[in-house]
Amino acid sequence: MMHSDPPFDTRAHYMALMARKRLYGGIVLAIFVALMVSGFILTNDRNAGGFWDGLPQIFDFPAAVLADTIPKLDRLPGHFLRYFPSLMETVNIAAVSTLIGAGLAMLLSLLSTRGLARWPRLIPLFRRIMDIMRAIPEIVVALVLIFVLGGGPVPAMIAIAFHTAGALGKLFSEVNENADLKPVEGLQSVGGTWFQRMWLGVVPQVSPNYFSYALLRFEINIRASAILGFVGAGGIGYDLRNAMAWGQGRFDEAAAIFILLFLTIVVFDQLSSHVRNAMIAKKGGH
Amino acid sequence: MADAALYASADRLFARKKLFAFGLPVLVLVYLVYIVFAFDLPGLAERARMDNARTLLSDVWSYKTHVTQDNRSGEVEVAIEGERRGTYAPGTEPDWVSIDAAGTVVDLEDGHVVRFLTGGGFAYEVPDFGLIEARMDGRAVVSNLEEETLPEWISASRTRFQVETSHGRVSLTRNRTELFRYFPGWELFFFTLDSPYYGHGVFEIAFGDRIDPERANIAGAWQDFWNNAMWRHGDVAWALFETILMAFLGTFGAAIVALPLAFLSAKNFAPLLAVRFAMRRVFDFLRGVDGLIWTIVLSRAFGPGPMTGALAILLTDTGSFGKLFSEALENVDGKQIEGVASTGAAPVLRYRFGVIPQITPVLISQVLYFFESNTRSATIIGAITGGGIGLLLTQAMITQKDWEEVSYYIVLIVLMVMAMDSLSGWLRRKLIRGV
Repeated sequence: MMHSDPPFDTRAHYMALMARKRLYGGIVLAIFVALMVSGFILTNDRNAGGFWDGLPQIFDFPAAVLADTIPKLDRLPGHFLRYFPSLMETVNIAAVSTLIGAGLAMLLSLLSTRGLARWPRLIPLFRRIMDIMRAIPEIVVALVLIFVLGGGPVPAMIAIAFHTAGALGKLFSEVNENADLKPVEGLQSVGGTWFQRMWLGVVPQVSPNYFSYALLRFEINIRASAILGFVGAGGIGYDLRNAMAWGQGRFDEAAAIFILLFLTIVVFDQLSSHVRNAMIAKKGGH
Repeated sequence: MADAALYASADRLFARKKLFAFGLPVLVLVYLVYIVFAFDLPGLAERARMDNARTLLSDVWSYKTHVTQDNRSGEVEVAIEGERRGTYAPGTEPDWVSIDAAGTVVDLEDGHVVRFLTGGGFAYEVPDFGLIEARMDGRAVVSNLEEETLPEWISASRTRFQVETSHGRVSLTRNRTELFRYFPGWELFFFTLDSPYYGHGVFEIAFGDRIDPERANIAGAWQDFWNNAMWRHGDVAWALFETILMAFLGTFGAAIVALPLAFLSAKNFAPLLAVRFAMRRVFDFLRGVDGLIWTIVLSRAFGPGPMTGALAILLTDTGSFGKLFSEALENVDGKQIEGVASTGAAPVLRYRFGVIPQITPVLISQVLYFFESNTRSATIIGAITGGGIGLLLTQAMITQKDWEEVSYYIVLIVLMVMAMDSLSGWLRRKLIRGV
């Protein structure tokens, strides 16, 4: 049986569809622009100094730092030497917290991956724990711990490790989902405990991915540990705050710290991307 | 012969694996031992202030009411947390405090009764222990107990005498006699004492008679709650909004700035090597300088506030986005661009219809991912540059006594970040499927 309806007007339908799509796109764009503009005006009003007043002054501070530093260039190596230990502390905080955080993340992620979990019923619980650990900004834990433990690297270390465990745990559990279960079953068939199954059956498969994520996190953690130092938790950030407090005329120390921090971040950034690229290349070659 | 070589190579492989399997943990262990000493963990036990931890923990879930007698004037004041806004008006004191000319009597329940002495001092009846009396003798504090046999919950010196029991804490100094009584919960969370709605239940406010004749119940209650002078719910909500706004402006501003720049630094779009190289160094510089330094530099120019934070996020993320976007651009499929070009489209249209649709999913997912993580960064940057919830948090922490407010902010921050997390996940799914 043939329908005798008029032929369906594909072209008109398509044009109508496009027009509607364009309209929706336009509305979304308009809302977005309105939000950006009104947000900018709002923050501009709430700021101590306005955007347009501040814009010409943006280079005043860098210029002041330069003006203080250039006559005392000969002192710069001395400053570098002086602040190197605190730089080491900042890097150490990042390294230890990445190590501890990655260890915790490994455990949490294995406990919250379907098919691998020790207690399958508790998977939602461990996931929630990771969500909360990830949601708490480092500064919150750090400030509370500074109150209890006093200033120094330990509060920062614990705070960053805490956040890292949550952040890496999520990434790790995504990696675990793709792990091959055959080695795990093999180990189970010969009576391996849960720990043995994970350590010998899963971890060797996923460790390259773990490592690459942990390296990326290490990079982020160096920045975090510098920032936490600025609010009182030791390391180069703390020295930076003190150097800033010297004020105009003595910014040469701040300049030395800026340079140290910049170089450290760039070096570890390059190093980690180099190592990760090399690992990917190696994996592809096999 | 071949077997021998095979065995040898297998042995080498095993040896290497063994070295890795044992060497790596040993290396980590050695590093951790070094850290234990570098961070002075043994000394931490001495430096740790366990009394601070105790105040913090008890403050988080409980509050205290102060009953204070000025020893000179004899005036007695009852105030929640000792704050002016939590002070009971004379005559409205809670029923466990009775103030009259004969002296103030505080009933701490279970037989614990404290009587304030006129002219300074108190008599505390502790069950199973006896009466503890302390008063001012000239300028010195004296008590009825032997100094040598004081239990550890009583501390005495010439200038101060303090008794701390499970039911409260009483102390005497020259100027004042003071009693703290602890209650679970967050005090005056909904209404302060000066609000007419204080002490009324939800049901009563919603359906009961008009409590304040001037205003409708729900509107008035909302007004008093929102403007609660102790908890400042309105300001807190505003600060949360400001934090999200900082993250929003910073992230999306950075994306808008980075997109055109990314074209200049992508191999297949920028023919000039010099331009490409320069752009990449700019991105590396922006990322390398880091949010902390940008925040410091910018707050010198723009002063403290949320815009400074937004601009710091914008600058750092322009670097990150520039790198990510240019990588995405280098991976686009040339066929679509050729297809669009074959219809005679101008370069701008070629980019619009040949390139943008390909990179939109990557772009949106990266931007949303950064938006979510920047909500957290905005909290931290706000603490440095003075804007949003980060500022409120540090302010509450500096006073070192408003830990209930600190925990309130922490709960709100966690909820905010989790909400942004699910929002960005939802948007990502929605937008990328739609594209």
